[in-house]
Amino acid sequence: MTDRYDAIVVGGGHNGLVCSALLARAGKQVLLLEANDRVGGAAVTREFADGYSVSACAHLLYQLQPSVRKDLKLDPKLVTSDMATIALGDDGEHVRVEGRSVTGVSDADAANYRAFHKRMTRFAGLLSTYLNKTPPRLGTRDRRDLLTLGRLAFDVRRLGKKEMREFLRLIGMNIHDELVERFDSPLLKGALSLDAVLGTHLGPRSPNTIMTYLYRLAGNHGRVSAPAGGMGSISELLAQIAKDAGVTIHTGKPVERIVVDNGRVTGVEAEDGERFDSYTVVSNADPKRTIMQLVGARHVEAGFTQRIHHLRSQGNAAKLHLALDGLPDIPGLSKSDYAQRILIAPDEDYVERAFNPAKYGASSPQPVLEITFPSFRDASLAPAGKQVMSAVVQYAPYAYKGGWTDAAREEFEAASIRAIERYAPDIAQQITASELMTPVDIENEFHITGGHWHHGELTLDQFMFVRPVCGAAQYQMPVDGLYLCGAGAHPGGGVSGAAGRNAARAILQKEKAA
Amino acid sequence: MRTFDAIIVGAGHNGLTTAAFLAKAGLDVVCVEKNDYIGGAAVSRNLYENWMYSNCSYVCSLLRPEIYRALELHKHGLQVTPYGGSLTFMQNGDYFGSYHDPEVAYREMARFSRHDADAYARYSADTMRQCRLIRDFLLRTPPDPTSFRPRDIRELIAIGSKFLALGEDRLYETIRFWTMSVAEYLDEYFETDVIKAAMSGSGIIGTALGIHSPGTAYVLLHHYMGDVDGNVGTWGFARGGMGAVSNAIAGALQAYGGEIRTEAGVERILVKDGRVKGVALEDGTEISGRIVVSAMDVKRTFLKCMDKSDLPESFYHRVENFKIRGSSGKLNIALDGMPTFPALPEGSSLYFSDMHFIDSMERMERAYDDWKDGTWSKDPYIDMVMPTMVDPTMAPPGKHFMSCFIQYCPHKLEGRDWTDAEREQFAKTVIDQIAEYSPDFKELILHYEIRTPQDIEDQIGITEGNIFHGELTMDQLLFNRPVPGYAQYRSPVAGLYMCGSSVHPGGGVMAAPGANAAREILADLRRPSTVPENFGDD
Repeated sequence: MTDRYDAIVVGGGHNGLVCSALLARAGKQVLLLEANDRVGGAAVTREFADGYSVSACAHLLYQLQPSVRKDLKLDPKLVTSDMATIALGDDGEHVRVEGRSVTGVSDADAANYRAFHKRMTRFAGLLSTYLNKTPPRLGTRDRRDLLTLGRLAFDVRRLGKKEMREFLRLIGMNIHDELVERFDSPLLKGALSLDAVLGTHLGPRSPNTIMTYLYRLAGNHGRVSAPAGGMGSISELLAQIAKDAGVTIHTGKPVERIVVDNGRVTGVEAEDGERFDSYTVVSNADPKRTIMQLVGARHVEAGFTQRIHHLRSQGNAAKLHLALDGLPDIPGLSKSDYAQRILIAPDEDYVERAFNPAKYGASSPQPVLEITFPSFRDASLAPAGKQVMSAVVQYAPYAYKGGWTDAAREEFEAASIRAIERYAPDIAQQITASELMTPVDIENEFHITGGHWHHGELTLDQFMFVRPVCGAAQYQMPVDGLYLCGAGAHPGGGVSGAAGRNAARAILQKEKAA
Repeated sequence: MRTFDAIIVGAGHNGLTTAAFLAKAGLDVVCVEKNDYIGGAAVSRNLYENWMYSNCSYVCSLLRPEIYRALELHKHGLQVTPYGGSLTFMQNGDYFGSYHDPEVAYREMARFSRHDADAYARYSADTMRQCRLIRDFLLRTPPDPTSFRPRDIRELIAIGSKFLALGEDRLYETIRFWTMSVAEYLDEYFETDVIKAAMSGSGIIGTALGIHSPGTAYVLLHHYMGDVDGNVGTWGFARGGMGAVSNAIAGALQAYGGEIRTEAGVERILVKDGRVKGVALEDGTEISGRIVVSAMDVKRTFLKCMDKSDLPESFYHRVENFKIRGSSGKLNIALDGMPTFPALPEGSSLYFSDMHFIDSMERMERAYDDWKDGTWSKDPYIDMVMPTMVDPTMAPPGKHFMSCFIQYCPHKLEGRDWTDAEREQFAKTVIDQIAEYSPDFKELILHYEIRTPQDIEDQIGITEGNIFHGELTMDQLLFNRPVPGYAQYRSPVAGLYMCGSSVHPGGGVMAAPGANAAREILADLRRPSTVPENFGDD
């Protein structure tokens, strides 16, 4: 045995990078293995057509945690740090949301939105504190757990009687009812509905979509930013930080299995047969892949594998990338508006109707879209004078009835273009190349089982204390030395780094206690 | 003028229950009812000669046994007979039955999947565990988590320790159970579509949610937590129809010296200097009372029968936005004889069961999509029973009464009122679905009664005709029901209480809200409680 690492991180997604960097900073010998040719996982920039590049999966930064930025002195170059949201309306009558203000709606709606935004960011702030902590175990007498729970109760109480009541009422509620109660503008309701359901298998009428909305706000007071050079630049920056801290990174090294000996991990074996030894293995892969494939069900208690098996992790969001000859003409948008986040979600019922077919394994004939033109602010992404469009399109269920055949893909892509055409009639003429990434493609390219951004549906029954599954919310898996540090662990997905940071802290703490 | 100790508005089963417990404590009580019959939605109506229609609620299980005993309802003629199992007809000509006899139930499931048959015991045990947990909270007033009063803190700690006592694993399971959808919950146990479809109905009956909506696993409990003669999860028919429940409670009320006035609809709840004074009836009569207890749903109580100026603005606003959604309708059918169902073997015990005609999860969810679009389900989920199979007193000899509960059916069609033609169309949808499985069914129909949520609202008074007086979603349960801060049966107006299904623990012919309200009222009046505390059985 030549060298044994203090820890091996399987998967170089942004969470794996954050985790390995923090472990290395604490003086650990860390090895990171990435299956693809470069690190980043679903946070990468890559070419999809000749000369056109795009953030292949995640394309906007919502909740990169300040704690992660601080701990790693991560200071990404942003092309924009506070994007406005524009909800496209017919005849160029758009609604624009910028922070706490919204224009294009009635005064009453604008005032209501300010109050709504204030309350939601306050609740999101509370949530955010707990996204950056290991969730306490319940039902134990451990002092630390009880302390965290006590503090949670105290923090909720500190909201004050009135706000605490609202918090307890809203946390399990659906966004649809709250929006209908507060606002008149269909575009505003549509836009907020979309924010709540983006990346999930939920419609605005599904209970618990307020929680997903809060989750989206929980990073940076709801501010949306985009890194220069696409999302890949964040990953490259993280990789540099990790290397500087002493992490050894091997790319193009897919892991075949995590080796378990007598109930504890002893290392990993790569697909090419190479062995790496360590008594600590941290998986950035999704929980299903980690337990069922890499570890193998026979090494884990059957009750646990059963829970992992039932984990809901089928994605519903597709990515559509268009190479464009020029910007499409969207009436009512000023030139600079193309740098913003543009939504197609005309009203809350439209969003719900888009969701309906997904329940039966079909894609939305009238999809909802979150559109950006990354090349507009970042010329490095397209040939001179040309543009790139990057859009999240819903709903495109992973378990498409009959499979994602070419015909099914064409149909969904055509439906998406039609949805854009309603507002940008000339879009079709501008397209020179396109790429549609269904959840199945996301699964294949990024090795995320089910192609779900969050590695597991973000619903209350898979959140906090019970994420990814009951009894495993503290990053440690029921095999000695095995940890989870990806989006499947608490708190969930998005380029936030929280799961990676929390996992690293949990591992270090565990060691200190031992 | 005579001043009553308490005026109860609405003689549904909850109003009568509150009234009976207050009368039992020696209060001078009157229960006023707008209709010329009592019972609210728990009634047997003699709509045609010799025909009794349980035309609203139709089966009995949830009525708390502690209440049954405390009010001695058996003395007042209440008799509940269990009935047999349930049945789902399949489009391929087969059927799936569920039976009380565990061995028969196992064999039936094994016909479809041995895996599912094996899973059933686990499913049953897990669900019953959740039932037992929730049953403990039914006859308790929910604590206010924002309050620092000793009583609330004590109760919170009591609940907290109850949960902690579950142990770590069970606690997580409980969190998941309360937040997941019924479809996902069933997916964890079963693989056969028809079996899941048959079981999922209980997760959505009476709600404006689909089987895939998170939170519907909890609704399942609202249909499982009852019992008949101590058999948890069993359903039964009240002899003489559901009106027998109301009549028995009314009998108890009268035996304790209480008074009931019918055709006495309340126009206004009178408030003076922030305190309730009594009620003004539609005919102009005023009745004065020291306290007033409303068994009406909260919207009707506060938005229709009170002045906005008598209520705090924030409370009024919350009541306005309380969700009571019309989502189910009824079709009550009188039959000239027993319809045959060729798929069923002759003499099968399943003729006594409740019957369903939707055999897949997709059909269940699609029924909900229609409701979301503002129309009734074109392929609805029907819960059909024939009480006359068990209780022949409800129809002339040889004839049968059939009760169809239909999910989903909106209160308004795309935002406007129902027309007569549309009501008939709705009935036809239901009749056609049943006739697919029973060729002679249509010829046997003598007469029928259509009840859309609008009809139920017009006749009984429940806003949107919602059987639970308000959606059973997390934001409207426990300390959030009906309005955060007012979940302890008291309203913002001194002396005015709520005792209908809008308050904890919600609807169903359970009588728990009525009993809990009576307990709180007696505590405020510093009278000894006549209401069973807590829990008797498990």
